[in-house]
Amino acid sequence: MGIILPIGVAVFLAFFIANILGYGGGPASIPLMYDQIVTRYGWLDNTEFSQMLALGNSLPGPIATKIAAYVGYDVYGWPGFLAALAGTIIPSAVALIYLLKILRKYKQSPIVKGMSLLVQPVIAIMMLLLTWNMAADAVGAIGYFHSIFIAGLAFLALGKFKIHPAFVIILAFAYGGFIIPLT
Amino acid sequence: MLNFITKEESFLKNPYTELTIGMMRTGILGFGGGPSVIPLIRHEAVSRYHWLDDDEFGDTLAIANTLPGPIATKMAAYLGYKLKGWPGAIVSVASHVLPSCIAMVFLIAFINVLSNSAMISNMIAAVMPVVAVMLGQMAYEFGEKAVKGLGKVLGITFFAISFLLLQVISLHPGIVIMMFLLYGAFHYKLKDRLKNKKTDSKEESA
Repeated sequence: MGIILPIGVAVFLAFFIANILGYGGGPASIPLMYDQIVTRYGWLDNTEFSQMLALGNSLPGPIATKIAAYVGYDVYGWPGFLAALAGTIIPSAVALIYLLKILRKYKQSPIVKGMSLLVQPVIAIMMLLLTWNMAADAVGAIGYFHSIFIAGLAFLALGKFKIHPAFVIILAFAYGGFIIPLT
Repeated sequence: MLNFITKEESFLKNPYTELTIGMMRTGILGFGGGPSVIPLIRHEAVSRYHWLDDDEFGDTLAIANTLPGPIATKMAAYLGYKLKGWPGAIVSVASHVLPSCIAMVFLIAFINVLSNSAMISNMIAAVMPVVAVMLGQMAYEFGEKAVKGLGKVLGITFFAISFLLLQVISLHPGIVIMMFLLYGAFHYKLKDRLKNKKTDSKEESA
């Protein structure tokens, strides 16, 4: 490419492109980010990229923003950190806000009412499939016994006793860290 | 003393404080990528702080799925915007992403310890069944609502169509949602027309 972009702009653009083309949330944009970070700009090599991805997977929070933050900081310090996060988050967030603003304005119209009604069965099935995938992942990682035991307790705690999910997740952490190694 | 208590209470009830606490909690506890964080955001936004009702949450989630880019940050931005406009959107997104983003920058030195530790991978894996239960509850509640709104026959028909498109044909969820949105725009019109036809034919036979 003939044009040399200022580094901050390049960082912003790289993450903007990878995420705007990544249809289906953060995980769908990982290959696109790889393409920008490793293939196009050479900010990380292959090994560094997979190490970073491994670290990202062992931390909580959205994966796309973790990758952006790390690479942005690595390339251009804190300004790079901000530029990469801005490129990742702002375009799609602003689009969602404006789109919903228009829809909410016509909330009472039968067109928008029909749309919100018809979306419910798809969301239900989407969530059901995600439940299935998550359960399969759990069984693959810690086996049937632990998975069913944790799920049973979580069901009681969340559904019956209405305990905040934060406590349930922290208890599951403790179980994974201290009880699973004993078995 | 009394004054101090009310001050503290008003600090805790301040929308910015709620946004910061709620979205930070979802950012720190959301293990396992995008979808696992949706039930957590729903808990904070709908059950705990009542920023919006469940129907609006469902719409927002659906529309968010039809747009590109990370889901959780889009949801966070919308919730913040709804409460407090653009400053709210910034506070909400920053609370959601900054803790893990900053951890990412500083923890890279410990990469080998972290990504090879059996203890940490067990801890993360133990959260998965909890997330599965939360996703399952969400599926059940949206399913229940769909049946209530559409009736049993139509509800189950649309479940079957969604399952077919998502799982059997493996269409992208965003595209399936768009198809349903498109049909939804004409749903009430079609229903009215069918109803009129029925009453017409009844009148004719009578």
